[in-house]
Amino acid sequence: MATETHDAAGVCVDAGGSALGMPQLCADWMPNQIFWLIVTLVAIYFVMSRIALPRIGAVLAERSGTITNDIAAAEELKNKASEAEAAYEKALVDARAEAAKIVAEAKAEIQAELDVELQKADAEISAKTAESEAAIAEIRDGAVKSVTTVAKDTAKELVAAMGGTADAKTITAAVNARMKG
Amino acid sequence: MATEDKAEGGLVFHPLDQFIVKPLFGDGPVQWYTPTNVTLWMGIALLAIVGVFVLGSRGRAVIPTRLQSIGELIYGFIYKMVEDVTGKDGVKYFPYIMTLFLFILFANYLALIPMSYSPTSMIAVTAVLGFGVFICVTILGFVKNGASFLGLFWMSDAPAILRPIIAVIEVISYFVRPVSHSIRLAGNIMAGHAVLKVFAGFAALTLVSPVAIFGIVAIYGLEVLVAGIQAYVFTILTCVYLKDALHPAH
Repeated sequence: MATETHDAAGVCVDAGGSALGMPQLCADWMPNQIFWLIVTLVAIYFVMSRIALPRIGAVLAERSGTITNDIAAAEELKNKASEAEAAYEKALVDARAEAAKIVAEAKAEIQAELDVELQKADAEISAKTAESEAAIAEIRDGAVKSVTTVAKDTAKELVAAMGGTADAKTITAAVNARMKG
Repeated sequence: MATEDKAEGGLVFHPLDQFIVKPLFGDGPVQWYTPTNVTLWMGIALLAIVGVFVLGSRGRAVIPTRLQSIGELIYGFIYKMVEDVTGKDGVKYFPYIMTLFLFILFANYLALIPMSYSPTSMIAVTAVLGFGVFICVTILGFVKNGASFLGLFWMSDAPAILRPIIAVIEVISYFVRPVSHSIRLAGNIMAGHAVLKVFAGFAALTLVSPVAIFGIVAIYGLEVLVAGIQAYVFTILTCVYLKDALHPAH
């Protein structure tokens, strides 16, 4: 295959269409490849730098912007939610305090009413007691007086029946002495 | 391609015939302006790139379509590579590096279609790419840094006696860069396609054809990897050379 001679046309193929030596080293074909390579590279460069790369760069930037914004929005919503939760907790605590206050007030009111009623009842009871005591004392006094009178009369009658005479003063003194004992 | 070999019959290998440059129209000589199979496949690569990157991103959708996400993926991949390797001030060269990467990537993968032509297997093509990068980067280095760009070759943290020797080695390695840069790409692609052709030739023998066909499948799989990796390697080396030009201090 490695022949030094090229055919008359200077093309690196033999009569059968096979390559003479390495086609890579055929100097006759090199300008063609280099020319078309440069054309292709320039075309790729212009397409990429003018159209494709700015466009893809913009899309990537836009995407990262969108993602950043979405994350920020999510963060904001999360903050709002925790704020709402805090407000709810606070409202709950306030309501509990209010309820406790109302309960305490009602209790105090009832207590006060109760105290007043109790006092009234106590006063009534003590008035009734005093009244009753007075009545009992009166009854007792009356009884004692009646007993004394009956005793004196009886004693007088007894003295009279026994045939003795005694003045009223002596009998009274004797009866009183007895009753005390 | 090797369709001409039918007449000869038997076990005939022409693994390099697939790289022959042919005019698209007629049989005349290949002039520098002649539209050839090289032109055709470079044009197809260009159309594919336009299809993915211009038509694919037509919707400018925030939620991308499949084609648009492929474009965005490649964009992000190369953008990050340029930014990571060359730093923030290298980002303005991103369109150039993207152009190189896309051309090599699409040419490599389109060349894996049966009966296609692989422009990136041609030394002339990869040499233009490699020396283009070399010349641009060298000029850029001198424009940006002036004479201090030569500090790239002068290891100030090496022992004083070794510095001149290291400088000579550095200069040699600097000038070998474009050669290795271009031969690596062309060599990989050419070798892979030639090996595929050799296995295809063996497939004509009944006895070994199962092995040969399995070999074609295996080598094809390898070539799919090589096509992507070589595009990546070429691009990242371009970024590294660009970094040297922008920040020559070691």
